[in-house]
Amino acid sequence: MQEEDADVGAHNDRTDVVVTGLGAFSPLGGDVPTTWEAMLAGRSGVRALTEPWVTDLDLPVRIAATTAVDPLDVLDRVEARKLDRTEQLALLAAREAWADAGSPQVDPERLGVVVASGIGGALTLLGQWDVLREKGARRVSPHSIPMLMPNGPAAYVGLELQARAGVHTPVSACASGAEAVSYGTRMIRDGRADVVVVGGTEACLHPLPLAAFAAMMALSKRNDEPERASRPYDKGRDGFVFGEGAGILVLESAEHAAARGARVYAHVAGQGITSDGHHIAQPDPEGRGAIRAIRFALDDAGAAPADIVHVNAHATSTPQGDVAEAVAIRAALGDAADTAAVSATKSMTGHLLGAAGAIESIAAVLALHQRIAPPTINLDDPDDEVHLDVVSGAPRRLPDGTIHALNNSFGFGGHNVALVFRSAQ
Amino acid sequence: MATQQEILSGLAEIVNEVAGVPADDVQLEKSFVDDLDIDSLSMVEVVVAAEERFGVKIPDDDVKGLRTVGDAVSYIEKAGG
Repeated sequence: MQEEDADVGAHNDRTDVVVTGLGAFSPLGGDVPTTWEAMLAGRSGVRALTEPWVTDLDLPVRIAATTAVDPLDVLDRVEARKLDRTEQLALLAAREAWADAGSPQVDPERLGVVVASGIGGALTLLGQWDVLREKGARRVSPHSIPMLMPNGPAAYVGLELQARAGVHTPVSACASGAEAVSYGTRMIRDGRADVVVVGGTEACLHPLPLAAFAAMMALSKRNDEPERASRPYDKGRDGFVFGEGAGILVLESAEHAAARGARVYAHVAGQGITSDGHHIAQPDPEGRGAIRAIRFALDDAGAAPADIVHVNAHATSTPQGDVAEAVAIRAALGDAADTAAVSATKSMTGHLLGAAGAIESIAAVLALHQRIAPPTINLDDPDDEVHLDVVSGAPRRLPDGTIHALNNSFGFGGHNVALVFRSAQ
Repeated sequence: MATQQEILSGLAEIVNEVAGVPADDVQLEKSFVDDLDIDSLSMVEVVVAAEERFGVKIPDDDVKGLRTVGDAVSYIEKAGG
């Protein structure tokens, strides 16, 4: 079995990739410090929707995790009007991450961007369809296509930073953000770039996507208790909470980071990607694809299951998905699953879809950096089928020494992405 | 029928809205591309907004001829705006 053959340091000949900058624009805050502080405090970013269309259209779901800060309050007006909301959030998070990394001096031809989105510029697509019907073709914005194309956020971040090593947009539904971290890591390992800005963005709060996710029976209908609606692993969970936001990380070769004396948050030690081949929207109940992804990531990291002290789980708060992932984590980690501190941060952020894997990578990296695992909120009555050591109530201290964290992301379509991060020390 | 001055100040408002250029900078001799930094996509927005404001039609083929703000003012004047 491959994970038994692996040991730390098995990939000494490979370019080591480190995280040197973080940026977030989330339901918990307009930047990383605010978002992280809210996570450690166990605050919910879910709110009741008050938009008139919620009642006008009789939507069954009337809650969502919207960004804590309005991007239009931060961005220049003229800049904002050419940008879809996915692009606005991505740019704001990228600016924070880039500044946080110390605005690295890098040859533009050695700088890449990988920013994912699960849905793309749906607000622009739907909004401009309204313009076309109500005001005619002449009034459709000439900026519509650059605003609605799913690669728009990556392209705008790339333009701003003048990145010329390649700009990419992986699309794998709710695994997209994690796939971007994987892709960027491989760009550096493959020698295509020294620095890659990676992450995900999502912003499609509009009655159509909301009604469509609700039609899949995927969303929580706990409309009267928004802050208690996202409750991974709890027996009373009834679906995920629709969210929006962006998360961005600056990845860098360890050599490049060391040469400029950059602060290193953590190493991107391993990544594993598989697909289920099972169902378009249901998880494989035995979690086979997820297990393989986790094993590949461990092997790629040269880590043993017992090295994993923290898991930022995908755990969206759906009845089936949470159990399938718990089964997969236990199968992949074995006895190590008894002691790994599992956090389901979607209990606070809601489900940021294509940005989820990015925001949760940031949470996993900060957990290693500060040696503290955030809590899972709303876990009042733990599901008997979940055999994991879930951090609930309060954050939990992580051990000293070299430690590893696992971050899982899964997406409609049967996409499985596992990432393993290693502490800087 | 708007006067030349009314057309100029109307265009200046539109250019400010679309591209953030201060209205006072929008002068007859200024080039949309070289002086006011209006790209081809934003120029489409300016034209469509001007059509609506002044009640004229500016066909796509004629837009290429509108190099300066003065060109646009004259065009709109002649078109009966």
